[in-house]
Amino acid sequence: MSTDASTDTGHTNADRPDGAPTVDTAWTVRWIQTSAAVLATERAALNTLDRDIGDGDHGENMDRGFQAVLPKLAGLAADASPGSVLKLLATTLISTVGGAAGPLYGTAFLKAAGAITGADTLDGAALVALLTAARDGIVLRGKAAVGDKTMIDAWTPAVDAAVAAHAAGASAAAVLTAAADAAAQGAQKTEPLVAHKGRASYLGERAIGHRDPGAQSTSFLLQAAADSAGDSVADVTGATE
Amino acid sequence: MKKLINDPKNVVNEAVVGFEVAHSDIVRVSHDPLFIVRADAPVRGKVGIVSGGGSGHEPLHGGFVGVGMLDAAVPGPVFTSPTPDPILAATQAVDGGAGVLHIVKNYTGDVLNFETAADLASAEGIDVRTVVINDDVAVKDSLYTAGRRGVAGTVLVEKIAGAAAERGDGLDAVAAVAEKVNSRVRTMGVALTPCVVPHASEPSFVLANDEIEIGIGIHGEPGRERIKLEPADAIVDRLLAPILEDLPFENGDDVLLLVNGMGGTPLVELYIVFRRAVEVLTEQGIKVTRSLVGNYTTSLEMAGASISVLKLDDELTSLWDAPVQTAALRWGR
Repeated sequence: MSTDASTDTGHTNADRPDGAPTVDTAWTVRWIQTSAAVLATERAALNTLDRDIGDGDHGENMDRGFQAVLPKLAGLAADASPGSVLKLLATTLISTVGGAAGPLYGTAFLKAAGAITGADTLDGAALVALLTAARDGIVLRGKAAVGDKTMIDAWTPAVDAAVAAHAAGASAAAVLTAAADAAAQGAQKTEPLVAHKGRASYLGERAIGHRDPGAQSTSFLLQAAADSAGDSVADVTGATE
Repeated sequence: MKKLINDPKNVVNEAVVGFEVAHSDIVRVSHDPLFIVRADAPVRGKVGIVSGGGSGHEPLHGGFVGVGMLDAAVPGPVFTSPTPDPILAATQAVDGGAGVLHIVKNYTGDVLNFETAADLASAEGIDVRTVVINDDVAVKDSLYTAGRRGVAGTVLVEKIAGAAAERGDGLDAVAAVAEKVNSRVRTMGVALTPCVVPHASEPSFVLANDEIEIGIGIHGEPGRERIKLEPADAIVDRLLAPILEDLPFENGDDVLLLVNGMGGTPLVELYIVFRRAVEVLTEQGIKVTRSLVGNYTTSLEMAGASISVLKLDDELTSLWDAPVQTAALRWGR
């Protein structure tokens, strides 16, 4: 772990041009709150993507899961670690989302929590470990590879970009931004693909031209992670607290 | 789309309340976590059988809870798998000490949630075995898809495995007979109209007035091909051909023939389908020795049907004939 640069928890160096060198529990909570807000807004859009190549309820299910975790955040211990917050998110998603997304995202955040157990602040290396563990958890459950037109098509480029950014000496905030940008591109790149996993795989070539809803929700979540560590911090906490 | 519902959010819960009251002689219901168990669960020393999945396929699975069939059913939201918690709770509720069999339709969400629940149940010391049903021949290439789907053949697996458990077979034997049924049953379906999920404002897919979709699953997800509407006999021939060549079914086989309605097709049409299917099978020297016609694995108000053919032997026939007392299947008592 790097030096404890952000004990001042609600204000994570938004004024630094390079972004926060580390993030902490407050960031983890903001990440979830921001994700919940974005998923509520994008619920219908995700449902529409899912109706095109699935069964039309991905936005519904993700919104239900993240809304369910919001009231639980208030009950967190004052000294809760980022890992314990992610574990709370994981168990809530597993028990409320259903479909394929529940176990997949639930396992992702459970493994992510395991990768940062005990840490109070997360530097770039810790975030790389978090993202890698999350992606590996999804692969473990869903057995998808890049190119199968699933959320892995957003997660794996995000992990690769995070690794590269960290190797280049990026701050925690910059690592998250690199991951978010790569996830967004990865989600877009699912559009021309034929699906090999999940319900969309039954469509064959008819899935071509449609973006994978799971890759899109991954992009939303990772963008929320970056936003929660960057300049928009004040806005987000102002809106949700 | 007009529906006989109240708040779309309450569709499953309100339906389960009605089901519980209507069939209180057969089942008990836990409302939170939501699952349905047979009235006398857990049965000491008997293998428990749990199935479940998204709602909207009624009577699957709740209608098959009772003596001689399922010990528990776990209904999820419409077309969405239940989460692991209620599956785990149902597993605990029916564990009579002889282990529990999970019967899971091969859909990604169902498989992942049941897998997670089975891990949790095993961690608590319950012996859980899982059989994944994949009877749908419409999915051609399993290597590049999530694999063949579990559809109406699931009913036959639940009935026959349920009879094996009821007569006292152990967990391995019950799982083996469930696998045996799954390996010998093939299904193919057709949709004449799409269905509308209660919380959605639009149909899950669009079919023109003169179009039908061959090879649909049970959620309105598209199938093999979209063609112009044809007479019933031609459609039956299209459905049966891939079924018969897949196993393959052969001259001299005894089979169970299930013609299943998707929810919006009247029985009078299902019997037209059944009649033609028997004709085709008879022409090929395949004898229909057991039959079932009706709405057993539905897709909300979708119009259409599926045909399932199960290759029987003496063991499967006698287990099929064994007594069953559930909301949707009852005989022999």
